Amino acid sequence: MRRRHTPGPGPAPALGRRAFLAGGLAAAGTVLAGCGPADTVLTDRQRLRQWNLFTGGDGARMVEMHTAYRKQHPGIDFQPSTFQWGNPYYTKFTMGAAGGRAFDIATLHVSRLRGLGVGTLISPVPTDLLAQHGITRDTVFSNIWDKCTIDGELYAIPLDTHLIVTYYNRPVCEEAGVLDSDGELVEINDEDDLFEVCAAVKEVTGQFGVVTDTTHAWRPFWSLYRQLGGELRLEGELGIDDDKALRALDLLRRLSAEGLAPKASDGAATPANFQNGIAGLMLSGNWELPTLKDAGMAFGMRPFPGIYGEELGQGDSHCFVLPVRREPDEDAVAAAVEYAAWMLKNSITWAGGGHIPAYTPVTESQEYADLQPQANYRHAAEDVQFDPQAWFSGSAAQLQADAGAIFTGVHTGAVTPETALDRFKRAAQNLIDTPSPV
Amino acid sequence: MTLHANTAETPAAAPAPRSSSPPPARGTARRSAAGLWFVLPFTVLFAAFLVWPLIAGLWASFTDRSLAKEESSFVGLANWIEMFGDPAVWQSLWVTLLFTLFTTPPLVAIALAMALLTHRATARIGWFLRFSYFAPFLMPVAVVTLIWEWMYQPGFGMINGLLATVGIPGVSWLTDENTVLLAIAITTVWWTVGFNYLLYLAALQGIPRYVYEAAALDGAGAWRRFTSITLPLLRRTTALIVLLQMVASLKLFDQAYLMTNGSGGPNYAARPIIGYVFETGFTGLRIGYASAISYLFFAVIIIVSVLQLRLFSRKEDAA
Repeated sequence: MRRRHTPGPGPAPALGRRAFLAGGLAAAGTVLAGCGPADTVLTDRQRLRQWNLFTGGDGARMVEMHTAYRKQHPGIDFQPSTFQWGNPYYTKFTMGAAGGRAFDIATLHVSRLRGLGVGTLISPVPTDLLAQHGITRDTVFSNIWDKCTIDGELYAIPLDTHLIVTYYNRPVCEEAGVLDSDGELVEINDEDDLFEVCAAVKEVTGQFGVVTDTTHAWRPFWSLYRQLGGELRLEGELGIDDDKALRALDLLRRLSAEGLAPKASDGAATPANFQNGIAGLMLSGNWELPTLKDAGMAFGMRPFPGIYGEELGQGDSHCFVLPVRREPDEDAVAAAVEYAAWMLKNSITWAGGGHIPAYTPVTESQEYADLQPQANYRHAAEDVQFDPQAWFSGSAAQLQADAGAIFTGVHTGAVTPETALDRFKRAAQNLIDTPSPV
Repeated sequence: MTLHANTAETPAAAPAPRSSSPPPARGTARRSAAGLWFVLPFTVLFAAFLVWPLIAGLWASFTDRSLAKEESSFVGLANWIEMFGDPAVWQSLWVTLLFTLFTTPPLVAIALAMALLTHRATARIGWFLRFSYFAPFLMPVAVVTLIWEWMYQPGFGMINGLLATVGIPGVSWLTDENTVLLAIAITTVWWTVGFNYLLYLAALQGIPRYVYEAAALDGAGAWRRFTSITLPLLRRTTALIVLLQMVASLKLFDQAYLMTNGSGGPNYAARPIIGYVFETGFTGLRIGYASAISYLFFAVIIIVSVLQLRLFSRKEDAA
């Protein structure tokens, strides 16, 4: 319901037919010049069109890296385009890639690789070319590298990994007596530990111990389910371990039901609850780090608590992919691969956003070890739990959306874990039965 | 200006002289050719951006067209059959209808009340009322939803804070499946009531004062004048507002999508049918299936509009 303002008729222009035609031609000329790749026509610089999904702090850091990249690459006509993460980006990505002429390199969540047309829209990365720039399986976290590999072919160049971690408010936790002698949050090894720590923190805040995004419970759910050793098979008949899933969901329910966590806290409210001291702990993605740092908050970070074993946390990876081209263009591919390698090698800047660089020479550097609190959860990169593979799973895809809509009721107490699990299973089976559009 | 000219007769009277005068024999062909040229730009745009997409969408609903594939194949009625058996389609259609039921009456009644208030207000305060009633409508949806999301926050939001002062316990507005649609409806009323208000205000200003004077001389009280003069003379405006409002409410998407972060709300309680079309078409990449659902919704809107038009025109005849 938006109405446009219609301007009234202005004074009649004193413009002859010739003048009008001449003006029109001139205007058309300008438009045409603006459309065409004028730079590439007029100069012999190699054009490199990059599409990305980074806004906010990540966007600013990427722009910083791109400024440095441009300085070192005067021969490249670099043209980045930024779109909003989620559906706005992924729909443009698929349509742009289907056209085969839109971009030379694009960012992606590795969890969406399968859902966005591997082989049909996304072309394999020439690993020999990449190796010339020093990027091989040996210089990247191997678990992430393997995630980018499908049927023996590398389809993505991983820039980072990002995952759900634990944030803790230092002054609050100190007062609650849950910091160890080094001033770090004590290790949480089982359910009792978690409830004890949360209860102690709650005493100090007076409201809640921990906060997590209750409208997006997929991340903590998948982390806990994986810690329990659960598997999810998204082919044919849905394969899910009911007991383990129920245990994970019941933990989320208890946290809210016992008043240790809010019954409702959405994406925007979760960091606000943590920042305002309403809760002393937060289970959230590492990307909240810059916001909290800018707010001048005294906080620490560590991996997602290993309540049922290892400190496994749900996560994903930003990576670069190359489109399938209508007409082969080796120069463009070479420039794209060189660009990706450059970004990986300079990803210490990227680490400022809380993401763990995938390129190990960076994460093993002294510079990275000095980054606080990033260095405290560096090893979580090796344990990152990617989403199960299907065309409908992964970042901002339907399975996550369904889990969010269904599991939120477990936190509010509207549904039991059993009902929520039934609904989730139905939704997942539905997606499995849907003919794949890819 | 007479009362009649204001309501019924102008449109009916307009074509009369044209049909009674004999058509000019000469120059008609030439003039109509010139007329075609004037109509052409619009016709081209209309055909390219409305007629063609309509046909292309209908065709797509019989194919397995996907955003991620270039080629698609004809699948006959498969999408349509799947749609009629898909509970999410009916559930989201129900959410849309429920939202329309929630929002249309207040959006008409509150707009009328505000227009009456402003109409009676003195010039000194009138500009302020007009400004403050209409201002929310000028805000972009992203701003509106951002403001209301913070106000609805459980724990530290303004609305729960106000409720707490009168002893009402906190409500999880956007995270409870029983309140989420209501919360979005309240936001929508606040946001869009200004447009209906403007239509009503203009219509009120078109009712001549002497009608009221005459009624007052005949001894009609304020309520009587309202029910017997104001409301009947506003009937056409009301019909227009109700029609526009129902169509606008049926088109619910932006605010629901934004206020539930695209999830459709707890247990999909705030996922309108356009939200489901978006989900299948853009998140799920299934353009073919999404087209079929769009056409179902298209049919629903047409049925509702025709019913509504009939209802009002019958009243007109009776009166």
